[in-house]
Amino acid sequence: MATKIISGDFGVENLFEIRTYLQRGGYEAVKKALPRMKPAEILEEVKKANLRGRGGAGFPAGVKWGFVPQNVPRPKYLCVNADEGEPGTFKDRYIMSHHPHLLIEGIILASYAVGIHTAFIYIRGEYEAVARRLEGAVQEAQREGYLGKNILGTGFDLEVIVHRGAGAYICGEETALLESLEGKRGHPRLKPPFPASIGLFGCPTVINNVETLSNVPFIVLHGAESFLKQGLPKDGGTRIFSVSGMVKKPGIYELPLGTKLVTLIYEFAGGMMDGKKLKAVIPGGMSAPILRADEIDLPLDFDSLVEAGSMLGSAAVIVIDEETSMLEVLKTMARFYFHESCGQCTPCRVGTSWIYKIVTRMVAGEGRKEDLDTIIDLASNIMGKTLCPMGDAAAMPILSLCRKFREELAKNLAP
Amino acid sequence: MSPAYSPGLLRKIDELIGRYPKKEAALLPVLRLVQDEVGCIGPEEEKFVAGLLDLKPMRVREVATFYTMILTRPQGRYHIQVCHNLSCTLLGATTVLDYLKDRLGIGVGETTPDGKFTLSTVECLGACEMAPCLMVNSDYHGRVDRQRIDEILAGLK
Repeated sequence: MATKIISGDFGVENLFEIRTYLQRGGYEAVKKALPRMKPAEILEEVKKANLRGRGGAGFPAGVKWGFVPQNVPRPKYLCVNADEGEPGTFKDRYIMSHHPHLLIEGIILASYAVGIHTAFIYIRGEYEAVARRLEGAVQEAQREGYLGKNILGTGFDLEVIVHRGAGAYICGEETALLESLEGKRGHPRLKPPFPASIGLFGCPTVINNVETLSNVPFIVLHGAESFLKQGLPKDGGTRIFSVSGMVKKPGIYELPLGTKLVTLIYEFAGGMMDGKKLKAVIPGGMSAPILRADEIDLPLDFDSLVEAGSMLGSAAVIVIDEETSMLEVLKTMARFYFHESCGQCTPCRVGTSWIYKIVTRMVAGEGRKEDLDTIIDLASNIMGKTLCPMGDAAAMPILSLCRKFREELAKNLAP
Repeated sequence: MSPAYSPGLLRKIDELIGRYPKKEAALLPVLRLVQDEVGCIGPEEEKFVAGLLDLKPMRVREVATFYTMILTRPQGRYHIQVCHNLSCTLLGATTVLDYLKDRLGIGVGETTPDGKFTLSTVECLGACEMAPCLMVNSDYHGRVDRQRIDEILAGLK
């Protein structure tokens, strides 16, 4: 049985309370690191572990931290991306509600490594109960001396603020998140400058996903080697897969990177529900290009998915059965991206709206002969032509669906 | 300052503003606090919040209209939001929505004449393992079917 770095204790009663967390060996990494390790040593260890971002982009966290300029007169900030909005994804909700202190411990270690004294947890607005739990955990940690001034007598200060979003998918994009946190519309920024140099309030900023940070205590406590032993040599550690759709046992599964998609669906998630037949799988959140049933015998890691023409993204696996109409799937996708486009870049704003209109026409039985080609043309003209990755996130799954299920979709067009 | 707002709200707002390095960063949380008390963010609330944060009312409106959870019109006492994203649609969100329309006698985006219920659709709530799911105000309900909906509605006084 592989080690569960994050979810191993999820079944423990009242794990969210600091008392239980401490009994289970919680805050040991902080106790080890703060008095005895130099910030640079933690940074090195996380770099060595090649901890890749669990939000979707897969950028190595250690490298990101390393980009933050030291010796600047301005404050530095950590923003925890807890805006989990990628359709199909719910793993961060589990981490924050079951194991909030693990995240806080990761926040302390990351902040110490980079020299940060203020961290914001930007949590999506709908997670009201989860936000309250986090706030409770922050208060507990303060009371016990793990947050606040002079943590564990080491002279290191850190304040954590839970900040609630208000319903906008785009705010999961890191620069939109910063804008939103500054009290503005969530419009992504042009990069460069990158947040590491000019981020929140114009100051150097690290932005990490909840799951990414929750891996840090393990790395600090057990070393990069142990972390790399899980998963693959290039992709260390585990991923928490959010499995939903037509499977017997939807839920979260923490597995080593490189576990096969077919194993995840048929062994861990119990296979198809009610004897239904598999038709397609979205392997990394809705934005990840779709895979046909005959394409799922592949390892789940960042590089293998890219080779297969998709992406691991947020590791949200949505399982679709034979009886599902791909036109309905296309409509849901088209509507979602149209609704969530922030409106800043014309190709995305107008393109997603036109695609949705065309799909709606197809659903109404008024599809024109050229409609699928028009959708492909529109989506291709969104790709790579927007400020932020949401343009690609909208175009990629729509393109893959129109290409891989063209025959079925074409039945909704005029002859 | 309008007497319509409670001293408790004003105290909470002050506390909130104090937590941020820049006042205007508190805009979203302040809007949500005001909305919790008043029900929605109308022109009066925009002016009130703008005054608190030294912003122009237009700047507040710009933000208020961007986020789906900031409501610019009053809603029913119970705001029922049905997720209609992919995982929920696969598992019957359309049936759930149709049943609710039927039970409440209203369409999506409408409020019952007695002001009790507003029905909306919402994009992925991040609870796909319990699809189909919906929210009543800030409470999540998963694996809903007709029977579950009857129970939920019966519990809302």
